[in-house]
Amino acid sequence: MENATPGRVQELLEVGRQRLGAIAEGQTLTHEGIRRRRRRRRVLWPYLYVLPAVGAMAFAFGYPLVQVVRESFYVGSFASPIWVGLDNYRGVIDDPQFRTSLQNNVKLLLAVPVMIGLGLAIALVLNDRIRGARQYQAIVFLPYVLPATAIGIAFSFLLQQNGVLNTALREAHLDFFAHDWLGSSHLAIVSVGGLVVWQQLGLGVVVFTAALLALPPDTAEAARIDGAGWWSLQLRVLVPQIRPIIGLLAVIQVITVFSWVFTYVYVLTSGGPGYASSVMELYIWRSFSTGANGTAAAVAVMLLGMASVLIGVSLWARRRAVSA
Amino acid sequence: MRGATGGRLAQHTFLVVICLAALYPLWFIVSTAIKSNAAYQLDPTGFPSHPTLGALRSIVTDQPLPRWMWNSFLVTVSSVAVSTLMALLAAYAVVFGRFRGHRIFLSTSVALMVVPPVTLLVPMFVFMVDSGMVNHLQSVIVFYTGLLVPFAVFFLTNFFRTVPQELVEAASVEGAGPFTVLRRVVMPLSGAATFTLVIVQSIWVWNELLIALVFLQDERSRTLMAGLAQFQGRYATNQPLVLAGALVAIAPIVLLYLAGQRFFVRGLTAGIGK
Repeated sequence: MENATPGRVQELLEVGRQRLGAIAEGQTLTHEGIRRRRRRRRVLWPYLYVLPAVGAMAFAFGYPLVQVVRESFYVGSFASPIWVGLDNYRGVIDDPQFRTSLQNNVKLLLAVPVMIGLGLAIALVLNDRIRGARQYQAIVFLPYVLPATAIGIAFSFLLQQNGVLNTALREAHLDFFAHDWLGSSHLAIVSVGGLVVWQQLGLGVVVFTAALLALPPDTAEAARIDGAGWWSLQLRVLVPQIRPIIGLLAVIQVITVFSWVFTYVYVLTSGGPGYASSVMELYIWRSFSTGANGTAAAVAVMLLGMASVLIGVSLWARRRAVSA
Repeated sequence: MRGATGGRLAQHTFLVVICLAALYPLWFIVSTAIKSNAAYQLDPTGFPSHPTLGALRSIVTDQPLPRWMWNSFLVTVSSVAVSTLMALLAAYAVVFGRFRGHRIFLSTSVALMVVPPVTLLVPMFVFMVDSGMVNHLQSVIVFYTGLLVPFAVFFLTNFFRTVPQELVEAASVEGAGPFTVLRRVVMPLSGAATFTLVIVQSIWVWNELLIALVFLQDERSRTLMAGLAQFQGRYATNQPLVLAGALVAIAPIVLLYLAGQRFFVRGLTAGIGK
């Protein structure tokens, strides 16, 4: 790179001189000048500069993405794999534990409207010229930055059969609400969803607050002068204007609950009792831990397929949100 | 709701309830970590009226926690430093070099940002076994570095687009090479943005569990999160000890957050909205 610089400077100077000359003579650039400029554009340095990043991405994404598809057609150890065609996929689809895992991912989707709705409500109140808005927002966003492992451990102690939550409920004579939050096969995934909402809520609040703040004040002012009440101002005037952002965040959260919840599940329930609160990521991890690499790869490919659809939607939503 | 104090009161009540819910688990971690196990067994939610540093002392002296913390620190610093450097160069080339294929490069980065790492796990583990890196910190460092690059490229590209093109052109017309322009013109303008990026990437690496769990199975080589996850099962009957570990894992992030909240907010919401 360094030794290419003097040449480039020379070239630049020449182009500049030619351009000056052309202006002086009242002419446009000569044919040769244009060709030179084109050649200047095709310099080498940008390719050298992206090379490390391209290499890193090829290593961390490209190689494993190709390899995982290949591995999904094989069984056996790393050293002597045996080709089995689509058998891994058939085995997975027939496995009730996989179906439970997939269903749990779908159930977790219910956390998305909760996060969006609650986040939007908080953002609207914060946007309402409330005193201490910054402090409130700082507290609400804090859980989002904390390590899910540490938080999940704390929640697992809070939600145990004889944990803090149940003790408090019993002391308040609300025994009816005291459940085995982590040990019940129905409730375990609900508890995971609760933890996801607790940690991810702040993201929506911050994104929506910023979007509301960026709105031109005149529409809200006009609505107020027209006598719009508080609720109709929020729901009819403000919310519709940030709808693209709401849509984009919803897509991002759908991707999150579908493919980024391993830590929550692992720490809170380990997928238990049995497989009752397993998700696809945990199923991959469990298959892989027991040496069933082909199975793990097949589920990874399926998860990737589903994620790609969601990623496509997110790119579309992003473009819409940015252009709106 | 102009002037309606009842409405204001309802709004503040709502926000206070939300904030208490956000803070309670943290209070639970802190208050439990400074209780003795006996006191905790008697009254898990009570105020720590006889605070003790016993659990915290025990995790530092009897447990490999300092070692895990050091590992996490090394992994975080090296993967974030390398990926940020790579992304600085790449984003600079995308915005000011306009090479052929820069659009494809950029949209690939955006798409890769959301690829779930669990799908890459099996082949990467095989690779690490083959290259003898399993149970060595290098295994997670190189993988994290690659995983961090797409977001870093996306983030810095967006920022560099706000740097006036004329500045860069003026400098290069005066004979400065691309690296000089990057170092002398673009980087000095990008301090806050780069810092934001470093913060976001660091907490991602610091908090990561799955890859650390799989690649580092040796007691001495664990990161803090992988170690904590182990702790949870091993000391199920000594919850103050486990939560003392959790407190140590959370504390640096809370301190950073208190010092520079806006960097967290800006970085973590980048790419959503305008």
